[in-house]
Amino acid sequence: MSMAHKPRFLIAALVFYAAVEGFSRIGLLNGYFMVIINESLIYVILAVSLNLINGITGQFSLGHMGFAAVGAYTSGAITTIAFRLSPDRPLDYSIFVLSLVAGGLLAALVGFLIGFPSLRLKGDYLGIVTLGFGEIIRTALNNMDFVGGPRGLLGIPKFSSFTLIFAAALISVIIIRNLVESSHGRAMLAVRENELAAELVGIDTTKYKVLAFSTGAFFAGIAGGLLAHLLQMAHPSQFGFMGSVLILIMVYAGGIGSLSGSILAAFVLTFLSQGLLLGIDALANATGLSIGSEWRMVIYSVLLILLMLFKTEGLMGTREFRLLRIPEEEK
Amino acid sequence: MSYIFNVQQIVNGLQLGSIYALIALGYTMVYGIVRLINFAHGDFYMLGAYAAYGAFYLFNSFISVKSGAFAFLILLAAMAAGGGIALLTNRFAYRPLRYKPKLSALITAIGVSMFLEYFFSALPMIGPSPRAFPEILPKKLYHIGGAAGAEISNYVIIDISVAAVLMTGLTLLIQKTALGKAMRAVSEDKDAARLMGIDIEKVIAWTFLIGGAFAGAAGLLAGLTYPRIQPYMGMMPGLKAFIAAVLGGIGNIPGAVLGAYIMGLAETFASAYNSLLGEGIAFAILILVLIIRPTGILGEKTADKI
Amino acid sequence: MKSLLKISGMTHRFGGLAAVSNLNIELPQGAIYGLIGPNGSGKTTTFNLITGIYRPSEGSIRLDGREIAGMKPYRIVRLGIARTFQNLRIFENLSVLDNIRIALNGSAHSGIIPSVLRTPSFKREEKAIRDKAYELLKGMKLEYRADQMAKNLPYGEQRRLEIARAIATEPKLLLLDEPAAGMNPKEVEELMALIIDARKAFGLTILLIEHHMKFVMGICENITVLNFGETIACGRPEEVASDARVLEAYLGRRGAQC
Repeated sequence: MSMAHKPRFLIAALVFYAAVEGFSRIGLLNGYFMVIINESLIYVILAVSLNLINGITGQFSLGHMGFAAVGAYTSGAITTIAFRLSPDRPLDYSIFVLSLVAGGLLAALVGFLIGFPSLRLKGDYLGIVTLGFGEIIRTALNNMDFVGGPRGLLGIPKFSSFTLIFAAALISVIIIRNLVESSHGRAMLAVRENELAAELVGIDTTKYKVLAFSTGAFFAGIAGGLLAHLLQMAHPSQFGFMGSVLILIMVYAGGIGSLSGSILAAFVLTFLSQGLLLGIDALANATGLSIGSEWRMVIYSVLLILLMLFKTEGLMGTREFRLLRIPEEEK
Repeated sequence: MSYIFNVQQIVNGLQLGSIYALIALGYTMVYGIVRLINFAHGDFYMLGAYAAYGAFYLFNSFISVKSGAFAFLILLAAMAAGGGIALLTNRFAYRPLRYKPKLSALITAIGVSMFLEYFFSALPMIGPSPRAFPEILPKKLYHIGGAAGAEISNYVIIDISVAAVLMTGLTLLIQKTALGKAMRAVSEDKDAARLMGIDIEKVIAWTFLIGGAFAGAAGLLAGLTYPRIQPYMGMMPGLKAFIAAVLGGIGNIPGAVLGAYIMGLAETFASAYNSLLGEGIAFAILILVLIIRPTGILGEKTADKI
Repeated sequence: MKSLLKISGMTHRFGGLAAVSNLNIELPQGAIYGLIGPNGSGKTTTFNLITGIYRPSEGSIRLDGREIAGMKPYRIVRLGIARTFQNLRIFENLSVLDNIRIALNGSAHSGIIPSVLRTPSFKREEKAIRDKAYELLKGMKLEYRADQMAKNLPYGEQRRLEIARAIATEPKLLLLDEPAAGMNPKEVEELMALIIDARKAFGLTILLIEHHMKFVMGICENITVLNFGETIACGRPEEVASDARVLEAYLGRRGAQC
């Protein structure tokens, strides 16, 4: 894969990687921090893939976590079964990677199917339908006892490491970014901006809507698989509507159509999330009151409302960090 | 088959449908007038249930007689709560976005819904766990139809009749009053209505008030009938009532009622057959409607000017 | 001379109402024809029918002899018909350059995988598209706006952008829906010159809808007049201008320049 003309982003990314890896080796970053960083990276994949559907192509999808669920359960089931088949030998990383890809592909298939209602529906309606699909997936998983049902899929072997998650996130961002900065990406933007006009300049809007859903779902599936192997479990409750809303908040806070915004927002919100949990705990201890962790979600909801009322474009609007922009060599 | 399609299930379905109808009306009225799917509507229903709960225990300290008048007061409390929160939501969350892209309002609605659910579950007095709803009126059971018949509680009659009364009231309002006429005008053509001197925002506010009040009433009825309430109780019924409104034709008031009863019956029959099917039937209906007849049973096609 | 566009007996009904009745137009290659009539007479519906947004209830539409009635819009575009819209439909939040580049997607043959992998052929193609877009913008005197967001352009330039975008699809036939709407007399003059130049430069055949009578009379070689979907006159501008039925239909007509 040619990365020759994106040196600045890559350098920044590699510096980040080296820093985190280095600091964690010498003990400056403890395990807790690493979990948050890993979670942030997984949310980067989720946010960027949702941005492809909602932000770039303008299809309002509210069931993104459903795709992640498909990926999580698929890859988790594969590695769990492989482990049970040969419990003594340590499992090969290749099985893990294969399981991730399988999860992604199955999620992409689901995305492909969900893409079809999008052909006829706009805005609110599409949102409700995708929300419905997300709920159907969650409900179905809750009722499938062979993958754990309401107890969830437990005992997934641990595979996710910082290196792997980082690599997956990096590759995902690069692929999606390359797709967006191409004739295909421009076609998707046209679908977002004015679907009728897009049709009338020769763009097959059907193809691009379905492409957006499938691709976004694929990466969400990968993210789900990574999550399942990080937490060593998958449970239907992780993949409900509220999970999808959280990713939605990241996409909107970062800025519709801005991939760097999504990356930023994924980190900020994941850290904020943990910070709020700690803060609420501290407050509860200090005052002796019992303060539930629901307050975190209350704060998020207020954040979302304020965001919509006052700064609809999000942190980055539709701009990209200089790092992610392709240099204008061809002028 | 008779264990599904018998009188008992039909009665249960009508009961459920009555509750859905009250919720669906709010959705359809708001959509008809501002073209917004009010995601938070299901939470107005939840608030109605909690307001009724609170009102009961509040008044119970003064009055310990379970009477019809007392129950009526509780109904008013529930409707006031639903209507009130609807007014506030419209005023502070939706009105500022009236002339901005539709998507912003939709996302804000999601935010409001999230806020209401989590705020109420975070409040220590209310908490995330379910609560048992008080028996506001004593429950009586009647047997009809002999051995193959059904066991009906007076709650069924209450649910259906309260819904019927409220729906009749709404119909009268829409057909006979100036406000009703204004509401119809605004949902047909906002700009023309404004040019005729109608205060758009006032009409919208009234619509939210009535829709929210109905949702609050539905919350009370639901609390009475299925006596467990919790802060997230609004999500599924809200979604199903919305689907019912789409089934009947979103924006169409008789359509909402029709769709709601169909939904109530379908869900009851499906659950009798298989609980998973019962949960999924609403979505199956949604998908079918959107594929076969997106405008709904009673809906009209609106052509977009190209 | 074989006609580029041939509409025969085209009728389209919405419910019980015929928006267009028995329309017949033969457009020779390289001509500029006009389609006029009071509001609601079926002009934009005709454009929608030609471009595949609707399928005609009756009749046929032939482009270069090939039947296109009822085809999907994006296919019709790729066969060589482009249009502009009565209410501007530019891609507002995208740059002027991107507006054009999107329309040049027809010459973008790189598949998804080569695009993602950034192969040399992909990069060559991107450069070619970029260059072509700039040239087109230069021709329409918009190149200095290339990097600005389309929604920030003044109205007149937005209209020019939409025309440029349509031309970018390399059409044989260009449909212009009220291109001069909202323009002052000077802008109208410039637009007329622009359209005539564009026809020559890009080998276009043009059918346009307009209410600006001076514009229509000044450019069109033949005019079809619609009223309530029916053709009430068809012929050279001078003939149509003095036709009694046309004058009657236009009672209180727009276009009377004060």
